[in-house]
Amino acid sequence: MKKWPHTSGREGGGINMMKVISTIYIIWRREIIRYWRDKARIVSSLIQPVMFLIIFGAGFQQTLASSDLPVDYIQFMYPGIIAMGIMGVAMFSTISTVWDREFGFLKEILVAPVGRSSIALGKTIGATTIATLQAVILLLISPLIGVTLTFTGYIQIIFLMVLLGMALSGLGLFIASLMKTTESFGLLMQLLIFPMFFVSGAFFPLTNVPDWLGWIARINPLTYGVDAFRQVMLHGQIDQSLLDSISLYPIYVDVMFLFGFLIVMILLAVLAFNKRN
Amino acid sequence: MKSVDVQNLTRKFKLKGGKKITAVDNVSFSIEDGEIFGFLGPNGAGKSTTINILATIDKATSGDATVNHFSVSKNKDEVRKSIGIVFQDSSLDDRLTALENLKFHALLYGVNKNDFEKRVNEVMKLVDLWERRNTIVKNFSGGMKRRLEIARGLIHYPSVLILDEPTTGLDPQTRNLLWEYLFKIKKERDMTIMMTTHYMEEAENCDRIGIIDRGKLVALETPAKLKHDMGGDLIRLKSDDVSALKKELKEKFNLETEKYKEFQQIKVVRGEEFLPELLKKLDTKIKAVELREPNLDDVFLSLTGHEIRDEKASDHEKMASHIGPGRGRH
Repeated sequence: MKKWPHTSGREGGGINMMKVISTIYIIWRREIIRYWRDKARIVSSLIQPVMFLIIFGAGFQQTLASSDLPVDYIQFMYPGIIAMGIMGVAMFSTISTVWDREFGFLKEILVAPVGRSSIALGKTIGATTIATLQAVILLLISPLIGVTLTFTGYIQIIFLMVLLGMALSGLGLFIASLMKTTESFGLLMQLLIFPMFFVSGAFFPLTNVPDWLGWIARINPLTYGVDAFRQVMLHGQIDQSLLDSISLYPIYVDVMFLFGFLIVMILLAVLAFNKRN
Repeated sequence: MKSVDVQNLTRKFKLKGGKKITAVDNVSFSIEDGEIFGFLGPNGAGKSTTINILATIDKATSGDATVNHFSVSKNKDEVRKSIGIVFQDSSLDDRLTALENLKFHALLYGVNKNDFEKRVNEVMKLVDLWERRNTIVKNFSGGMKRRLEIARGLIHYPSVLILDEPTTGLDPQTRNLLWEYLFKIKKERDMTIMMTTHYMEEAENCDRIGIIDRGKLVALETPAKLKHDMGGDLIRLKSDDVSALKKELKEKFNLETEKYKEFQQIKVVRGEEFLPELLKKLDTKIKAVELREPNLDDVFLSLTGHEIRDEKASDHEKMASHIGPGRGRH
């Protein structure tokens, strides 16, 4: 049997970096295998955003045709829909933690000689990977929407996807660590996801909304994701001054907010997971 | 050498409403290398709590224990590497194949690839699941799942195999089969096995048993010795006039009676010779009579004053179902 160097896990002492990474990898790998086996989940989480795109696109394009939105409505909405896809998948993927607790598998993980924090990180990175993969698939329909991305554009958008995915997976895991049953987790997620989605600037620009709505949008991490996604995806697509007029912040501000949110959420998730278990 | 050494272990819980309960009360025992040790007691007696503390997923209120000479409170990772554990409720990922479950486990325990390839063959053949290694666990029967969990618990070559109620929910045939596997593991690997059970027949299979009731260890012996210590045979008498019967037994034979269901029970040496004499001398009308050698059920009754299986859910049990992760399914 291969002996690990002496570490005392979460009791402090030396933390073995290789061991942390390998634990994260093992937990991550299982999340990916389970995701890949569940074809119904893959398909349904792809269908939902596409449905939104078609239905809302068709509905709102008429009413907004007379307004002064300086861009095709479907093109306007598309980046928001992708961000929504990430949110749904990232937050719901962390359900596996609640699921594991309910079905007993969490015990198998908890009696293993590995650190709790590595487990939490593995779960978060697993959910981030799945969310990013789903978003990349949604990106494939961009020619149909009439959105073209440059190579740099692709690099930027994938970076943003990972960032947003990880921030929201952290939020998901934090909530999952506090929940006892899958049902209560699902319920709370629904309660969070819809307001976050509708007040994110995905459907309408937030540049001209009442103050109270603006404030809600400002504490919503998805707002920053949508704002950054749109600026990257519509860059070169429409006139820059028009794009600026429907954007909230420079991209670097969005990135900084998301990064800060990510750090806080991962810390909270790891703490909650450690404390709970 | 002691594989497991438990010293003055105590675990208290606070129930909702502020009531305190002592699930494990100053328990001490040790398990020798290569021994099959049975932890016997009714549901809620404190067996699973003790197991959880040994498995480092629960903390003792006071006292400590060592597994493979590592302290469960101070050297968690070493203890975790030293034990293979099969929980009361399944802890397999039933969306993965049998092999994937083992692989996941091996990776978590730092078993390298070459060792894994060798061991997986060995442990899966040990529990007769080699042919089914690529089946998704969801399609396994209860007995197969339990066997797979045993195989998984062995893959990192632990020094102690801990099984919490491994045969609960299995049919008698599967249960016997499981015991055959356990004997095989003990024989081939010289493995120390600790198991909890509330089945008396199973406890007979153990080298030594510890009887725990309401958090306290009330006996620690070989099954044969425990039965022998009962002091002979049991005679059970049924009569409509209990007080007359008791009086007569006291006056004529100087025998104290115990109540056992609708019977009055007495302990005697060489019951088969005593019984005819007893019946001849008794004037009280006897409706039914039973003579038997004591089994572990009788030992338990005599030690605790109640039977192991007729227990109503005690506070302990109610509490046990509120704590600990992953008690889902049941």
